[in-house]
Amino acid sequence: MGASSSTESNLTASIQRHLSKIVVAPSFAASLFFVYGFILWTGYMAFSKSRMLPVWDWAGLRQYERLWQMERWHVAIENLLIFGGLFIVICLFLGCLLAVLLDQRIRAEGVLRTIFLYPMALSFIVTGTVWKWLLNPGLGLESMMHDLGWTSFKFDWLVNSDMAIYTVVIAAVWQASGFVMAMFLAALRGVDQDIIRAAYMDGASLPRIYFGIIIPSIRPVFLSAIVVLAHLAVKSFDLVIALTGGGPGYSSDLPATFMYTMAFQRNQLGVGAASAMMMLATVMAIIVPYLYSELRGGKKNG
Amino acid sequence: MNLRKTILATGVAFSALATASFAHAEPTAEVLHWWTSGGEAKAVAALKEDFEAHGGKWVDSPVAGGGGDAAMTVLRSRVLSGDAPAAVQLKGPAIQDWAEQGALADLNDVAEAEGWDKVIPPAIQSVMKYEGDYVAVPVNIHRVDWIWANPELLAKVGATEAPKTWDEFNALADKLKAAGITPVAHGGQPWQDATVFETVVLGLGGPEFYQQALVDLDEDALKSDTMKAVFDQMRKIRGYVDADFPGRDWNLATAMVMNGDAAMQIMGDWAKGEFLAAGKVPGKDFICSATPSEHGYLFNVDSFAMFNVSGDDKVEGQKLLAELIVGEKFQETFNLLKGSIPARLGVALDKFDDCAKKSEADLLAAQDAGGFLPSMAHGMALRGHLSGAIVDVVTAHFNSEMSSDEAVERLVEAVELAKD
Repeated sequence: MGASSSTESNLTASIQRHLSKIVVAPSFAASLFFVYGFILWTGYMAFSKSRMLPVWDWAGLRQYERLWQMERWHVAIENLLIFGGLFIVICLFLGCLLAVLLDQRIRAEGVLRTIFLYPMALSFIVTGTVWKWLLNPGLGLESMMHDLGWTSFKFDWLVNSDMAIYTVVIAAVWQASGFVMAMFLAALRGVDQDIIRAAYMDGASLPRIYFGIIIPSIRPVFLSAIVVLAHLAVKSFDLVIALTGGGPGYSSDLPATFMYTMAFQRNQLGVGAASAMMMLATVMAIIVPYLYSELRGGKKNG
Repeated sequence: MNLRKTILATGVAFSALATASFAHAEPTAEVLHWWTSGGEAKAVAALKEDFEAHGGKWVDSPVAGGGGDAAMTVLRSRVLSGDAPAAVQLKGPAIQDWAEQGALADLNDVAEAEGWDKVIPPAIQSVMKYEGDYVAVPVNIHRVDWIWANPELLAKVGATEAPKTWDEFNALADKLKAAGITPVAHGGQPWQDATVFETVVLGLGGPEFYQQALVDLDEDALKSDTMKAVFDQMRKIRGYVDADFPGRDWNLATAMVMNGDAAMQIMGDWAKGEFLAAGKVPGKDFICSATPSEHGYLFNVDSFAMFNVSGDDKVEGQKLLAELIVGEKFQETFNLLKGSIPARLGVALDKFDDCAKKSEADLLAAQDAGGFLPSMAHGMALRGHLSGAIVDVVTAHFNSEMSSDEAVERLVEAVELAKD
């Protein structure tokens, strides 16, 4: 009796000890296979001769060479730089500004916060479609201004090959800046009020308090926001599809839409895989240094 | 005990036999397609009814989305896992791609019994065959090189019919533009740009040039002066479309012609469906006319490829399906609903409209003149990666200020790059 109850309690104890590991094991295995396994597989595909169906014949760096010879890939990369750069900078600026303004203990803050945050609740497809209507010269803003009598008004970015990518920036900023605002607002609320009061006592002006004390103290949030925005930018797909369809021509193609076209429409699995690996490399270049600094920082604190 | 076992075993054996013979008695075919809306859905339903009336069991696998891209992704995974559907909506050289993988079934015995060689136009036969064996069946013939025009608007500048040469086309468009009418309704999507492009290649270069440039991808043809002239004409057409054309769907462009907002549209005969659905009468409310060319005819043929399946009931079902698809009855019902003409010659066209009758007459003339050619823009002439490379250049040129010289240069480069 006594022996069996002690093994039982041993078993219970060991289950309890390993419970967390047992619980996460299935999802760990699933993500190991479905995420990292397929990353490896895509990596191999990029070195294969695959066209319509995956094949295992080695092609060396040929797919990457072909990728970089494609005019369309260069357009996609250039667009990513324009889009990603502007998207991140404008979102940070607007988000920070809105957060600071909302932080002034104003009336109806809750309502305003909700209004600014709501676009994030929409899917990119909806955002893209709505902005497509708004920006279409024959349908939206331009035609409305013409109807109101301002006939010289011209805003045809959506149908202009050189400017189409900027309409994607507009829609994406509209969607994501509220989210950045929420991040900053939370951080601002976390700043120690005593320091601010002390600075106030010393006669520092409000802008000086913000630039000198508050914003430096919420620096980690900038980093988090940049990482979130950057990976949103790199993987942007549905917004472009809904808003411009990659057009006019392919002038607003992004790497993700390029990859989709090659892999699923053109029977060019190899080139598609190569472009996917380039996107992965871009995201890694942003995330890895961030994780490294985070983890090292954690150790220091511990 | 023993007796009971025996009875049980016999019972099991009998019921197994019964199911087997029952399954054998019912030919089954799973059909993967992306005709899920409007007239196309009705057309598929017609096939299903016909199949079931002949004692078949139809397993429907519609995969909507992306103009067939989604269906192709499903097909890939189904074939890789060894569970291919019996019939798949597939067209053009994609059929050859799958046949090369050894995934398609041989339909020669049905073809012989039904005499397909005699009724299907030879140019279409060659698309349906792989190394001389039938592996797919055609359901229709769409013509791509049409001009759809609004007679009222043409009358305003004194024209009674659509232009017969590209010079006439330009002269007419200039007149329309001067009269404040948008000459050409167009949607700025890559495949629509390519549709216009190939009709211009056919018109300015002639059928032989079209064959060299867009089917054989002959480098001399691609960089010839004729090709430069084609891009010059594309630039002209760019001047004839309205400012809001980028991204517009083709049916909205058709509606512009219908509503008198634009005079002409260059589009395949699926546009006719839009006119007919709105109750318009060909010849009176709208004009259908071939784009200017010397007896040219660009075809876009939908077809079903038959994949290797195992099991007698499935093989049986596949053969029955193939036989019905090429049969006269289905070809008539389907094409009346879809707006195309039968892929089988000799089907009576009494119930069809005037545009369809013209299409068939032109087809026969084009066949004799060697102008019956596969459409590049609609994936009949080239494999996906090759036509994709051409479409990229065409749409980049049409939507920018690129010169014709540069366009030709990029065309040659892009084709070269896609080839290897």
